[in-house]
Amino acid sequence: MSNPSASHVPLWRRPAFRALIIQALLLVGLVALITMMVNNALTNLDERGITTGFAFLSERAGFSIPQTLIDFPGNSTYGRTFIVGLLNTLLVSAMGIVAATIIGFAVGIARLSPNWLLARLAAAYVEIFRNIPLLVQILFWYFAVLQALPSPRQSLSLMEAVFLNVRGLVVPAPIPEAGFGLTLAALAVAVVASIAFALYARRLQERTGRALPVYWCGTAMIIGLPLLAFVISGAPLSWEIPELKGFNFRGGITVIPELMALWLALSIYTASFIAEIVRSGIQSVPSGQVEASRAIGLSPNITLRKVVIPQAMRVIVPQLTSQYLNLIKNSSLATAIGYPDLVAVFAGTSLNQTGQAIEIIAITMAVYLTISLVVSAFMNIYNARTLIKER
Amino acid sequence: MKRNNNKMLIPLSVAALTLGMTSVASAATLDEVKQRGNLTCGVNVGLSGFSSPDASGQWQGLDVETCRALSSAIFGDPDQVEFTPLTAKERFTALQSGEIDVLSRNTTWTATRDNSLGLNFTTTTFYDGQGFMVSKDLGVTSLEDLDGASICIQSGTTHELNLADYFPSKGIEISTVTFDTPDQTASGFASGRCDVLTSDTSQLSALRLQLPDPESVEIMTQLISKEPLGPVVRQGDDQWFDIVKWTVYAMVNAEELGVTRENVEQMKNDPPNPQVARLLGVEGTYGEQLGLGNDWAYNIIAQVGNYGEVFDETVGANSPLKISRGLNALWDQGGILYAPPIR
Repeated sequence: MSNPSASHVPLWRRPAFRALIIQALLLVGLVALITMMVNNALTNLDERGITTGFAFLSERAGFSIPQTLIDFPGNSTYGRTFIVGLLNTLLVSAMGIVAATIIGFAVGIARLSPNWLLARLAAAYVEIFRNIPLLVQILFWYFAVLQALPSPRQSLSLMEAVFLNVRGLVVPAPIPEAGFGLTLAALAVAVVASIAFALYARRLQERTGRALPVYWCGTAMIIGLPLLAFVISGAPLSWEIPELKGFNFRGGITVIPELMALWLALSIYTASFIAEIVRSGIQSVPSGQVEASRAIGLSPNITLRKVVIPQAMRVIVPQLTSQYLNLIKNSSLATAIGYPDLVAVFAGTSLNQTGQAIEIIAITMAVYLTISLVVSAFMNIYNARTLIKER
Repeated sequence: MKRNNNKMLIPLSVAALTLGMTSVASAATLDEVKQRGNLTCGVNVGLSGFSSPDASGQWQGLDVETCRALSSAIFGDPDQVEFTPLTAKERFTALQSGEIDVLSRNTTWTATRDNSLGLNFTTTTFYDGQGFMVSKDLGVTSLEDLDGASICIQSGTTHELNLADYFPSKGIEISTVTFDTPDQTASGFASGRCDVLTSDTSQLSALRLQLPDPESVEIMTQLISKEPLGPVVRQGDDQWFDIVKWTVYAMVNAEELGVTRENVEQMKNDPPNPQVARLLGVEGTYGEQLGLGNDWAYNIIAQVGNYGEVFDETVGANSPLKISRGLNALWDQGGILYAPPIR
């Protein structure tokens, strides 16, 4: 039987209808506010005779950038400075995320170690590095450590091939010769084979309970197969050894000290937070789980890998996402030491040379938002996979 | 001394431009300044000789004296100025958004800056050029020897552009290392991060004194650009533009006419010629034409000094920098300093 009173309630008293109206009003208000802001900005800029628009992106930039991952000739446009800055930001962020994750997990697990010394060292690491402001750490690595290195002529060298000096780290550059493609192909085959093997091993274990040495086999394949191909094809790779000519080293690959300082500081700082997240994640797993897995005869190593970590990941992943996002945004502190990231190159030099603050700041904000949302999306997918499967 | 939180300046200025309902440009800056009771002046964060705070926290330098002269002309008191230290990157946004009334921060006059930023360059207070500083033991004699060198440079300056124009066209390969402030640039050079420090020669003279061993470096004589430096105002307020321009002209005219801090009182009471009488407001209404008192130029000279005096005390012979007058001498003394007459 239907509710007879429903049709008698006036339209404006129905919750669903009211909610719709409120949302519509909010939307209209928001659109009006944004329109007003844009309009206001355009009017103000026009009144003051300030050039507006995005035409500057195709104008010649005419300044040079110390580290470019893509070709950056002298007649490049401001649009290209944007790409260069963005790639530099992504490079240091990616390097930072990888290093911070590795250090963070190692320290976090070490902090729970029964070894007294190891646990205390890990605790000291966390307390020191998470309590010093990041900017101070960046300046410390840059000015106190890397700028104290010797000049190029007195470089610290490793086997006369790798050099470390105040201008950065210079390493030999690999130059592939004809036939190197075989090694790359072997690497690709090895990776595919390892993945297939891992999938097969998992299914086998689910079916029969028999565990195969997936890690060892995979590692052996990924290292061994390309190595074999490399030797068979006659080692078709030469190295360009850096040489001191004139002022600087010529040849080889130079890792600029600004990148090293920023990478070290970001990794070490963020790792101290990740370590705590990992520790709290592991401790959130009820001790009964560990006792139970030991009781059925699993080794401590297997217990950690197969019982504790998978359950801890549920607690770890959401917080880890925040740390990754923080690291990416913190990379904009690069401007303090002159690392050419997006903020320094695009929202710094390009902004100053063109004077188009609103456009450039808007683009920069949109970029950070996009990067953050993409990282969040991937972490959410991963998080969904590690959630408790409700059956 | 109020210090702005500079990191927030650009975002705040952008917000001001986006949200601001009031139109700063159309309001008369002079009225605002008088009503507020002081003048806000954007200066360098620290460049000795041009603008840097001394031991007691007072701002000193050629660019600072320009602002103090402006304050004298308006208020009859050189100290009604609030100095806002700005980095090269922040300076134009601060002026555009109305954060400061005048930008006196060794800023090069270029076409883009004058024509597309909504700003006006008033006049030149210092004729400069981009030079290079190198360590003496490198044995570099000309710019052609710099192939392969790393060059320290401050971001957001015309120097970055000059460098990218000059060296590639000569087929010389260089790499640049960019810093945010002059101090950081100098410390990058001192630590050996780069072989060469480039900037305006006036800045190089100042930065050289900050190095641990100033005698170990030299400033090369070759220049690669013209760098006319001077105060900047917002477009759309002609009265304010004229006031800033004529404040500088009054100082230059005073030097040309031989009016100094010492003799200005006596010259006012007994002008030796009609030009001095007009300059010091004994005759005519030249101050009123600008919306100021007729003793505007008298106040500038009595309280701040003429151009030559200020130059000597801040960057010239009586200062640690010891920069010679060169192009900045009066037109009748071998320089190009030439102010329109007051009449």
